[in-house]
Amino acid sequence: MILKGFVHKYGANVNTDEIIPARYLNTSEPKELAKYCMEDIDKDFVKNVKVGDIIVADRNFGCGSSREHAPIAIKAAGISAVIAKSFARIFFRNAINIGLPILESEEAVDAIEKGDKIEIDLANGLIKNLTKKQNYKAQPFPEFMQKLIKFGGLLPYIKGTKTGGK
Amino acid sequence: MGSTITEKILASHCGKKVVKAGEFIEPKIDISLSNDVTAPIAIKEYLKTNTKKVFDKNKIVFVMDHFTPNKDINSAENVKFVREFAKKEKILHYYEGGNVGVEHALLPEKGIVVPGDIVVGADSHTCTYGALGAFATGVGSTDIGASMSTGKIWLKVPQTIKFVYKGKLNKWVSGKDLILYTIGKIGVDGALYQAMEFTGEVINKLNMNDRFTMANMAIEAGGKSGIFHVDKKTIDYVSKRALRKFKVFESDKDAEYVDTIEINCSEIYPQVSVPFLPSNAKSVKSLKKTYIDQVVIGSCTNGRIEDLRIAASIMKNKKVHKDVRTLIIPATPQVYSDALKEGLLKIFMDAGAIVSAPTCGPCLGGHMGILASGEKCVATTNRNFVGRMGHVKSELFLANPAVAATSAIKGYIADPNELNNGAKK
Repeated sequence: MILKGFVHKYGANVNTDEIIPARYLNTSEPKELAKYCMEDIDKDFVKNVKVGDIIVADRNFGCGSSREHAPIAIKAAGISAVIAKSFARIFFRNAINIGLPILESEEAVDAIEKGDKIEIDLANGLIKNLTKKQNYKAQPFPEFMQKLIKFGGLLPYIKGTKTGGK
Repeated sequence: MGSTITEKILASHCGKKVVKAGEFIEPKIDISLSNDVTAPIAIKEYLKTNTKKVFDKNKIVFVMDHFTPNKDINSAENVKFVREFAKKEKILHYYEGGNVGVEHALLPEKGIVVPGDIVVGADSHTCTYGALGAFATGVGSTDIGASMSTGKIWLKVPQTIKFVYKGKLNKWVSGKDLILYTIGKIGVDGALYQAMEFTGEVINKLNMNDRFTMANMAIEAGGKSGIFHVDKKTIDYVSKRALRKFKVFESDKDAEYVDTIEINCSEIYPQVSVPFLPSNAKSVKSLKKTYIDQVVIGSCTNGRIEDLRIAASIMKNKKVHKDVRTLIIPATPQVYSDALKEGLLKIFMDAGAIVSAPTCGPCLGGHMGILASGEKCVATTNRNFVGRMGHVKSELFLANPAVAATSAIKGYIADPNELNNGAKK
């Protein structure tokens, strides 16, 4: 699976209150949530984001609350993947569980700048910077999680394994 | 090499003798918890599994505490959806209306969580139950939806950091100050993916309320869980409440820790975490005079009866500053009722504070005390991110109930040691 898009870049500790403020949590409709995605950290994000774009951020992306609304809003806004130096653990689970690809790569985050066009080869954990003509390696997922992603998230995985797999 | 309490609890729930940090496991769970924000998604996901009925109607808990009493039509629809599902599935632990309290104060109080449990909750502060010697961790709604079908959760066994608290507590220093200081020392991702095991002579002397406060904020250091050992205080607390039999686990002397961090409590003064991260912890003495517009005393972190007693001891026969809206939010109906019986609510009312029904409300900027641009608030809650309690340009300072109550009276962030009214800790 190849993902391609322009980069929106953020610093460390981007928290779930910034990704989707609690004042919008009275709904779980993806399209509704997407309208307010990143509102408290980047008010122009929704205006600028295009389908396929990629978020690149420093350490501990998605820290704070357990709200699954955060990765749902990011995915519904059109973001195809998030690359960070590290992810907060509940955000990590939620992203995997809803099928939002996330990658950890120190070198990619250090080198990539806002607006760069990048391409991600998920199967091989390879990140190409088409603007800067550079390649970076990402931390590959453990086998257990690759299986979960292959099924398309946690629930298809459960359904799949209950019926003997597909 | 021995095992930690966390490894032992996890092993016991997946039929293994030993599990080790880094291993992926799928243990059975004792409690699956969600609330009015996270349960609607969890139930929708659960319904996709085509499971005939939930894995155990007595082990699923729904607490309608975040936007309740329902703040708007959407919130009311969400609660209605959860209520109807709970009725249909005959869920034993459904809490709404006059039964509802802030979930992480409510579950221990009702004996729903007991030592040795594995608890998963679609709420990041689920780690609170570590105070009871249980493994408790926040997960997402899809995880909860799946767990309602399977009665299991996928997990990576966490490494454990051991924290050893030594020395003596200074006046007005509580569990809240210990945990803010600790997060300040290690950072908001200082325990990322790891279990925080709280030990030491100071911990042994802490009451259950302070232990709940500390475990509650493990997530603010990125932790998967926070955990305490079970002692006489735990047993005294649990034995009169427990709805189930329980098993006590202990870390082996030769258990493996990824790190051991010693903290000298004699150096700790009441702490305030300044905007915009819980790790910006500073001694209240070191702050320059900061005028405030609001004080909130409540939440799953500091809304229990012990917290209200401390606040009342400071506010007794005093008035809150005319420029400070002061909200007192007892965390559960039981806390409310006890505070009424003990005369605490009268003290708050006479001081000019507002006493609210139990709710998470303002803690997450939901309702019941939202901040305007430029407003500043001292809260006994757990998070001070940008816009957490309202406007993006509002500011939130985290503190213990004594600092919050003192600040409400003074009108600026104040040290309880400044007060000379004979208030007792």
